[in-house]
Amino acid sequence: MRGATHARWIVSAVAVALAATACGGGGDGGTGGSDGSGILSSSWGDPQNPLEPANTNEVQGGKVLDMIFRGLKRYDAKTGEAENMLAEKIETSDSQNFTITVKDGWTFSSGEKVTAKSFVDAWNYGAGLKNNQRNAYFFGYIDGFDQVHPTSGDQTAETLSGLKVVDDHTFTVRLNQRFSTFPDTLGYVAFAPLPRAFFDDHDAWLKKPVGNGPYTVDSYTRGSQMSLRRWDGYPGDDKAQNGGVDLKVYTDNNTAYTDLMAGNLDLVDDVPASQLRNVQADLGDRYINTPAGIIQTIAFPFYEEAWSKPGTEKVRKGLSMAIDRNQITDTIFQKTRTPATDWTSPVLGEEGGFKEGLCGEACEYRPDEAKRLVQEGGGLPGGQVRISYNADTGSHKEWVDAVCNSINNALGNDRACAGNPVGTFADFRNQITQSKLTGPFRAGWQMDYPLIQNFLQPLYYTGASSNDGKWSNKEFDDLVDRANAETEAPKAVGIFQQAEEVVRDNMAAIPLWYQNGSAGYSERISNVVLNQFSVPVYEEIKVG
Amino acid sequence: MPETERPEALRGSGGRPPEDGRIAATGAGGAMDLAASEATTLERAPGAPGGPGLTGGGPSGKPRSLWSDAWHDLRRNPVFVISGLVIAFLVLIALWPSLIASGNPLSCDLAKAQEGSQPGHPFGFDGQGCDVYTRTVYGARTSVTVGVCATLGVALLGSVLGGLAGFFGGAWDAILSRVTDIFFAIPVVLGGLVLLSVVTSSTVWPVVGFMVLLGWPQISRIARGAVITAKQHDYVQAARALGASSTRILLRHITPNAIAPVIVVATIALGTFIALEATLSYLGVGLKPPTVSWGIDISAASPYIRNAPHMLLWPAGALAITVLAFIMLGDAVRDALDPKLR
Amino acid sequence: MGRYVIRRLLQMIPVFLGATLLIFLMVNVMGDPVAGLCGERQCDPATAAQLKKEFGLDKPVWQQYLTYMGNVFTGDFGTAFNGQPVTELMGSAFPVTIRLTIVAIVFEIVIGITLGVLTGLRRGRPVDTTVLLVTLVVISIPTFVTGLLLQLLLGVEWGLIKPSVSPDAPFDELLVPGLVLASVSLAYVTRLTRTSIAENRRADYVRTAIAKGLPRQRVITRHLLRNSLIPVVTFIGTDIGALMGGAIVTERIFNIHGVGYQLYQGILRQNTQTVVGFVTVLVLVFLVANLLVDLLYAVLDPRIRYA
Repeated sequence: MRGATHARWIVSAVAVALAATACGGGGDGGTGGSDGSGILSSSWGDPQNPLEPANTNEVQGGKVLDMIFRGLKRYDAKTGEAENMLAEKIETSDSQNFTITVKDGWTFSSGEKVTAKSFVDAWNYGAGLKNNQRNAYFFGYIDGFDQVHPTSGDQTAETLSGLKVVDDHTFTVRLNQRFSTFPDTLGYVAFAPLPRAFFDDHDAWLKKPVGNGPYTVDSYTRGSQMSLRRWDGYPGDDKAQNGGVDLKVYTDNNTAYTDLMAGNLDLVDDVPASQLRNVQADLGDRYINTPAGIIQTIAFPFYEEAWSKPGTEKVRKGLSMAIDRNQITDTIFQKTRTPATDWTSPVLGEEGGFKEGLCGEACEYRPDEAKRLVQEGGGLPGGQVRISYNADTGSHKEWVDAVCNSINNALGNDRACAGNPVGTFADFRNQITQSKLTGPFRAGWQMDYPLIQNFLQPLYYTGASSNDGKWSNKEFDDLVDRANAETEAPKAVGIFQQAEEVVRDNMAAIPLWYQNGSAGYSERISNVVLNQFSVPVYEEIKVG
Repeated sequence: MPETERPEALRGSGGRPPEDGRIAATGAGGAMDLAASEATTLERAPGAPGGPGLTGGGPSGKPRSLWSDAWHDLRRNPVFVISGLVIAFLVLIALWPSLIASGNPLSCDLAKAQEGSQPGHPFGFDGQGCDVYTRTVYGARTSVTVGVCATLGVALLGSVLGGLAGFFGGAWDAILSRVTDIFFAIPVVLGGLVLLSVVTSSTVWPVVGFMVLLGWPQISRIARGAVITAKQHDYVQAARALGASSTRILLRHITPNAIAPVIVVATIALGTFIALEATLSYLGVGLKPPTVSWGIDISAASPYIRNAPHMLLWPAGALAITVLAFIMLGDAVRDALDPKLR
Repeated sequence: MGRYVIRRLLQMIPVFLGATLLIFLMVNVMGDPVAGLCGERQCDPATAAQLKKEFGLDKPVWQQYLTYMGNVFTGDFGTAFNGQPVTELMGSAFPVTIRLTIVAIVFEIVIGITLGVLTGLRRGRPVDTTVLLVTLVVISIPTFVTGLLLQLLLGVEWGLIKPSVSPDAPFDELLVPGLVLASVSLAYVTRLTRTSIAENRRADYVRTAIAKGLPRQRVITRHLLRNSLIPVVTFIGTDIGALMGGAIVTERIFNIHGVGYQLYQGILRQNTQTVVGFVTVLVLVFLVANLLVDLLYAVLDPRIRYA
């Protein structure tokens, strides 16, 4: 044991040394100061797809687009409310035909004016099948999508028939169904306007994107760094309070965190789980932990007879009650997750449709009740549940193991639940889309826009794009249709909540917890806020 | 053996920087005791017939073979006895872990996560609140099986193929060496994801098989190099001149002289295989949960080194002892096979 | 000798073809990569089909392979899923990785062989035991942990190094990562050298050299070490490729955007073009390294000849 003792000595020495490093951050000089010209550095990940608005479906690319683009609407960082940005007004009388007026005076940083055409061209591009945009389905509500983006064969039309430019500042949108909250979805980055340069010289644009946001891209080295600088001619109210942002690519957020402690980095917007216990000692109050529109659930394969037959909702409910959410969020996640009590997210707010406790006792930890319910429901299919997850990203192993241990303890059987890792995300998605998984699997939902509709329809509506478990319930579908047609927001929300109750009664998915965004920052910067998409609001950060 | 993603490195490990500068400076001092130890060696082997270089060369050798000679030596070597006892102990707890651990490695209480040593739980608790002592004891079965079987497989396959390539040379060498080159080219992560993801068996054998498949080229190259050197020695030329068959030359003259580097690499590789098993588990293609193994526990503990080093140190200590036992065993076996010592 | 080298160079052609075909097939066996491109939702079938067409995944595998190889010979290694040409990825990753590998190998040679000679000459002495214990620590503690602790200690606590390596990755920033990367190989090199030295120091030529009255320094370096290096050189030769393609942990800890990272990403995202491109270059490195090792045998041991 000499080797081990020896090693322990080193480790304790390091631990002591680290404990002494209460504060590591500190200015490395940099440029500027309190006059608002200071430049901060922030951690970043290499975007997975080319940086086009309708082609970016993950946070890292979205982070940049959020800095260089402004759309018709913008979600308030705190309340999540969709407020007019470039939109002067959006009018409708029937929830299906909308007239959108674009504010005057907006330009791209190249000087080109932002007009109604900038939007219509961008949306047509985003929807076009031949342009290969991953987010094309966002335009699926617009009339004519079937021709521009047919499910098979080549596209038969270049432009969406539902989009019409009226004049420089006005265009109309006709939807293929009634969708009362459509205007509120327009803050999503896929709906951003695009300058002519995007279409005329696409490759050059991708190398150095040009938009209409408060920042411009100064230089971009793929895979290592992007330098963004304040655009002094920015016409909006939310001008950048700092001179610019250097986004540095980190392949591991732990390294970014270490760099923050060493004072080489100003902002880490994703604190690694393993460091959460040290965050207080390392950063003190320079750590923020705020709710974000993300919920994690366990979904079930309803295409499997074993999980769809009547009575199994008791098993699912039992499993849900066997999970000690409080314990897991406290220990594994250090309170950066909040136990879920419904299927939406607290960021929606009461008015937006979040209803605390909607899940009721089914989401509380009641081991005895859990055991009884599972037995009443006919026991676990096959005697064991294996929760599938992808092993390559997101370190899901830890919480899946914890959930399984909790279930095993509640059911008094140490083989009742086990994790089932799948090697790659692509393989995991393949197994899901081809309905190959025979047991429950991890599911997560990060909202596209802060609407209750976005938490329910894509996930539980029959045939919806993210209804991976192929759950189908007529009552739920009808309620969603009714809610979408409803013109008054509060009424629509009420109907959505009824639909959510249907999800609850069937336990279509086990809600686990709401995810928070977390960030740590250096002493150089202040006024750091995360928006509801857990992205820092860069333009408000003050340097010095 | 390239490393991979995260803690569960393939090579599994890292370490303190050896004290470099100082040692380079004392390099000259090493020469000083060269002559001294030379003298002891000579004293220890006074009765070697015909001098060290010629041992076992002629047909007039003693009735006892080289291998039984080696065994005779081994039994008297305390290093061998101690390492043998440690290995026997490891095998014992691998077979019957409940002998020294009464708990259940799968019973975990999250409320106790990362807590240190306390009565009844001498090694403390891991990140899931499982007892580290119980898991370390129960992990022996998987880890020792994987480590020992993969090492044996790799050493046998690698040294046989490499030895033959080195001994016969020519076309055989060319073909075998180029095959090893192709195997070298397969990244472990890719190999694991492709070959192991199709396996549904929950035993350790697919994992062991995979390690043998990707691990043999290295030993093969080492063995080939050692055999190429050994076959140039005078006694081999002499044996060949005396008309000894290839088999006899290989087994009796070359193997004992070429086996040392293979033993060295194999004993260290044993440790890396145990860690590699964790990498594969981390990739989601290794042993299926809820398997208990040192590698898995070490990799799970690695991110928490700042908060709960005890989670890492006990399974890592167990791994270190296992590797130490095998390194000592390998050393003893090598010494026993070295004719110059006799 | 010249003919031997030419023959070896010619043998590279089948190995090259075999290795690329093998890797190509392996990545393809992993299944459809498109499903992973649309995040947590199902790609709509039309977009999925379009993406497949763009990456040439809609054709039979043999046709994909032929097209790919045809392109490779014209210098086109395809594009990664983020739209970046693979040659561009290689151009930024390989120089960094080559520097890192050089640092690691220099450490292996200097520290590993020095420690090996020292312990080989003083078997059983305290220095031998100490090195053995360090070896055990290196083997049983993951690179991740040692790398992390070194980074925290040297980078944050003492401020001696920058915790992460800048995109240019100059040699001086790669010293600590190189040491971490080399650590396990150091254990191998040290113990291989030690065993060889211990074995050879009783050899006749050493005895003769001592009897001739040569200075001990010279006996060790010119006679003993030179004859003991063959297994060590072999090991280092096999290690070069592993260090270049498999430094994933080290590269991650120190934020080095090298080959290991690109290869790992390519594999996880099942991007055939990235993986095959990088592995192809690695295979060439292997082939050249092994050829050099074989040639070194003849230099180290004059009795070995190649015809």
